[in-house]
Amino acid sequence: MASTPIKQVAGKGVYVPGDDIDTDRIIPARFMKCITFDGLGDYLFYDVRKHEDGSDKKHNLNDPRFAGAEIIVSGNNFGCGSSREHAPQSIMRAGFKAVIAGSFAEIFYGNSTNLGVVCVTATDIDRKAIAQAIEANPELEITIDVNEHKIWFGDQYVTCDMRPGARDSLLRGTYDPLDELLEGAEAVSETVAKLAYM
Amino acid sequence: MGQSLFEKVWNAHAVRPLSNGQTQLLIGTHLIHEVTSPQAFGMLRDKGLPVKYPERTFATVDHIVPTNEAVEPYSDPLAQGMIEELRKNCADNNIKFFDTNTGRQGIVHIVGPEQGITQPGTTIACGDSHTSTHGAFGAIAFGIGTSQVRDVLATQTIALNKLKVRRINVDGELGPGVYAKDVILHIIRLLGTQGGTGFAYEYAGSTFDRMTMEERMTVCNMSIEGGARVGYVNPDETTFEYLKGRPYSPQGADWDAAVERWKAFASDPDCTYDDVVSINAADIEPTVTWGITPGQGVGINENIPAVEDGATQSERDSIAEALEHMQFDGGVPVKGTKIDVAFLGSCTNGRLSDLQEVARYLEGRKVADGVKAIVVPGSQVVAQIAKELGLDKIYTEAGFEWRGAGCSMCLAMNPDKLIGDQLCASSSNRNFKGRQGSPTGRTMLMSPLMVAAAAVTGEVSDAREVFGVAAPAGV
Repeated sequence: MASTPIKQVAGKGVYVPGDDIDTDRIIPARFMKCITFDGLGDYLFYDVRKHEDGSDKKHNLNDPRFAGAEIIVSGNNFGCGSSREHAPQSIMRAGFKAVIAGSFAEIFYGNSTNLGVVCVTATDIDRKAIAQAIEANPELEITIDVNEHKIWFGDQYVTCDMRPGARDSLLRGTYDPLDELLEGAEAVSETVAKLAYM
Repeated sequence: MGQSLFEKVWNAHAVRPLSNGQTQLLIGTHLIHEVTSPQAFGMLRDKGLPVKYPERTFATVDHIVPTNEAVEPYSDPLAQGMIEELRKNCADNNIKFFDTNTGRQGIVHIVGPEQGITQPGTTIACGDSHTSTHGAFGAIAFGIGTSQVRDVLATQTIALNKLKVRRINVDGELGPGVYAKDVILHIIRLLGTQGGTGFAYEYAGSTFDRMTMEERMTVCNMSIEGGARVGYVNPDETTFEYLKGRPYSPQGADWDAAVERWKAFASDPDCTYDDVVSINAADIEPTVTWGITPGQGVGINENIPAVEDGATQSERDSIAEALEHMQFDGGVPVKGTKIDVAFLGSCTNGRLSDLQEVARYLEGRKVADGVKAIVVPGSQVVAQIAKELGLDKIYTEAGFEWRGAGCSMCLAMNPDKLIGDQLCASSSNRNFKGRQGSPTGRTMLMSPLMVAAAAVTGEVSDAREVFGVAAPAGV
């Protein structure tokens, strides 16, 4: 059973400034003591949003103007660090559909795409323009056109990029690869048979 | 034209191309632990799918195990729930589990090699980014997400894009008091935290040729901190010597056949690389991180950078953010920074040789007043051998707390955490904000001996001076 194709995602944006936003920052390890992913959305960017006493920090993620945002705009090397799928799971479960960054860490990118969280890269200048447009009008709808590699905000657009395979699998609804992997069972057996250690 | 080890292993495990252009890649060996696997088993149950090749998955428990509490139930009911869930999933699916009562439990990246499960020419995946460690044996090993853990359990394969290969040559002899940890911190400082994105790193050159397996593991372990999902060293006699006689290594006549097979996976001399970087071992100093990414490192005799040292606005912003979190002034020597905690352990530096090397110098020394120092062996096997050698006594007499095996304060999913803004000299692999359990906690990464030097002086110090580390006579 294929997943739902994703041709575009649209919604309000929120700017999360900084390069090297690591997976510990996206979801601190202390919230991973769980055996399901349920409820992880509550802990997204927890220490970015909260002081140690639990009160809110001044941050765009706490700003009511950006409440209900569905697209994160951030810096370079987003999602670096661990392979924890808890990171994109918490992003998805907090209601976000997409991340626009300068670049992404490898494992995070794959984990996000498998979940249908759209990750696109755009230049520093273009992301700055989007962030400024959001700041000027937090209600502005941002649309990522997966097919056309474009990010629309208001009547402007910038081009964006995706990794090989990601665009195609989003458009075809095959980003969760399990069904296709299961279909290859016979070919898997043949490969296994050729490997002395298996 | 010749092929690199990466290409040979990839080709041997490539099952077929997928519709989106990715490759269905066979995962020969799958390692699991308690944090990233329970949801995967849950997904299999939801879909009614069995584990396809249970004999190719091996489990241990490491992230959440308390290191000062051996008896269950643990005081943390969430931790207890996670270990029980793993136990149940392994029993239900006939998966080998190195449980806490086996004497073989430990950090997954230490257990795999010491049991001989990690072998050259194989593909190894685990829901943990430091799986790159296993590349030290000439395996293609990498971290995967939980949905991919599900994919491996259900099909023994994942969907993956092929990586490019960058060869990193390090040649010459490392100076006295300079370790594998300094080599990888130096490489990440040089190439950046995202320099390796899209690449597998092939570590080579005379410095690597001379390294022990445990040293190679330290370097490969932190490949991901440089953005490279995979890091490996070509297998050689050192590799085979290490593996011989281990519980899961091939035995008898199978051994000779395996060695011949493994040798053939090494990169051909005439193969080409997507990129080549060369480093002189003599340029590598004992290195410590001063910031909040593993790339923010300096030699022990250098200054912490100032904001204006950043070449671009984004670099200046990063330095400013790091200095603010670390509560450091830029432009001052890193040496002399006061520490509160010393942590010796982790999948980067929690192996027997790490503990032995520090113990050589620690005997007769005392941890400075006010410093909390803990040493956490990477596995029960490491702990057992260390005890037989009397290392535990050397550490405890010096004022270190000797703990049980686990990930411990590397990521603080167990009770070992920094408190408030404590500063920790750590032999682990990540200095991210909040990594060691306190959102305002601060981490400085360094080699085990540098951790010991900081522990006994109470401040970041040059271990060569503190312990009188000198070149062996005649060199």
